[in-house]
Amino acid sequence: MRQAIAEYVHDGDSIAIEGFTAFICFSAAHEIIRQRRRNLTLCRMTPDLIYDQMVAAGCASKLVFSYLGNPGVGSLHCIRRAVEKNVPNPLELEEYSHFGMVSRYLAGAARLPFFPLRSYYSADLAQANPRIRFIQNPYGDEQLAAVPALNPDVAILHAQRCDQEGNTQLWGLIGMQKEVAFAARHVIVVVEEIVAEEVIRSDPNRTLIPHMIVDAVVHQPRGAHPSYVQGYYDRDNQFYVEWDRISRDRSAVENWLDEWVYSLDDGRAYLDRLEAGEADIWERLAPGEAYSQPVNYGIYG
Amino acid sequence: MQTYTPSEIMITSSARAMAGERVVFVGVGLPNIACNLARRTVAPDLELIYESGVFGARPARLPLSIGDAALFSGAISACSMADLFMNYLQGGLIEVAFLGAAQIDRFGNLNSTVIGDYRQPKIRLPGSGGACEIAIHARKILIIMPLSKRAFVEELDFVTSPGHLDGQPGARQKAGMPGSGPQRVITDKAIFDFGGEIPEMRLISVHPGVAVEEVQAEVSWPLNIAPQLAETAPPSAEELRIIRQHLDPARIYRLDADKRG
Repeated sequence: MRQAIAEYVHDGDSIAIEGFTAFICFSAAHEIIRQRRRNLTLCRMTPDLIYDQMVAAGCASKLVFSYLGNPGVGSLHCIRRAVEKNVPNPLELEEYSHFGMVSRYLAGAARLPFFPLRSYYSADLAQANPRIRFIQNPYGDEQLAAVPALNPDVAILHAQRCDQEGNTQLWGLIGMQKEVAFAARHVIVVVEEIVAEEVIRSDPNRTLIPHMIVDAVVHQPRGAHPSYVQGYYDRDNQFYVEWDRISRDRSAVENWLDEWVYSLDDGRAYLDRLEAGEADIWERLAPGEAYSQPVNYGIYG
Repeated sequence: MQTYTPSEIMITSSARAMAGERVVFVGVGLPNIACNLARRTVAPDLELIYESGVFGARPARLPLSIGDAALFSGAISACSMADLFMNYLQGGLIEVAFLGAAQIDRFGNLNSTVIGDYRQPKIRLPGSGGACEIAIHARKILIIMPLSKRAFVEELDFVTSPGHLDGQPGARQKAGMPGSGPQRVITDKAIFDFGGEIPEMRLISVHPGVAVEEVQAEVSWPLNIAPQLAETAPPSAEELRIIRQHLDPARIYRLDADKRG
């Protein structure tokens, strides 16, 4: 992870650590915080706790997003402090709706300049964000909204598994992981497990990201904690609730960053600390087993 | 007499408003409980859709968020969010959806973006998420919000999700919006529809023990009251049993709403 972040994430870059409430690669964010990157443009549909922490650590100068909340819990207090009080630094906002962000990634992945959608009519978002525009349907007389392509410098995507080359399989809440990977200039894939190529080839429909667009593979089991990975671990909701309390107080956030990020070497040290505090944490977050039925692809040869 | 809390009558009123519906776009919190209650009572064929990319969810627990892992295990389809927003929502397949907000005006327009000026907000709220498009595309919108003068305002600070716009009949259609907009506003004290001469919030039902004056006191504009004002039927023993024993046994969501409300 250290090497992947050092090589691909630079000051001033735009990055997308995506994953809609799931597969959120906190271990990558913590490494970026440790390496003290600055002036990043952070793109995510839901900035979530991960960008709340990065904004608090002073990594970001701009946020591109569509929903600013602690999902199921409440506000993102660090981001609110940045927006309402310029603490620790001013934060520029470029705001869309979910469908707007979805469309931006679609255009980015297909290398189109923009994507049309039926949205924003009579809503104030289009006034707040001049990059949302309206175009004439070339085949009829209706007006459509348009949003510009989003092509982040780097996408960091967490998934269940990939092979050594980076052919990546994902199941459950697939969100926009595939489109973000195709849209980005560089892709870092972080996985729970590295598997043999024949495992990938046994189920090609499940492969969302092909190795040809992957720059780096990081094996970081449980690297999405406190978010979840379908079939591997549940969301650590206690932490989401706890963050609501910590994040209200700037010095509590700084202490938390010291204890859980700056003073630790890497993702493994983070897990060690978690397990030292709660020996049976992974039993608490164990999801049980519900396997899909195998399907027959056939041999044909 | 069975006692119940304000959040429980919001939940049962919302569930009953879904009688016979087949496809609902669900949010977290009270709508989530209401949709699951509706599926067990008035709408047994109801399929739950969540914006995170699930069709036909059968969550084994009350989801912690709209992206909870429990929504995906055992669902009919787990799709990308591009499929969800383009094909299901923009494709016109959503019959009914729930929305809430920090502010609502008399025409059902909603603000969930900022209190104060957008550039210098007093309070920065979450923003649209999927709400703007849900408000535009779902065939019918049901709104759940606790009644309060701070929320039921003359003028929104920001229009996040369009309702009936300026209240001119046909305004949504003229603006190009496929869905028919807000149909009900369900609060902890009363229920409103938009069924008058113009699509404006109209008081159609007050909850047991609530006076019309109490409702007016929490609304910033002069109330439009339906000629046949009803009293909301209280939650039944069976509905309360399902909510308390199965849907929210720890009272997480109801307690939160009752504190706020």
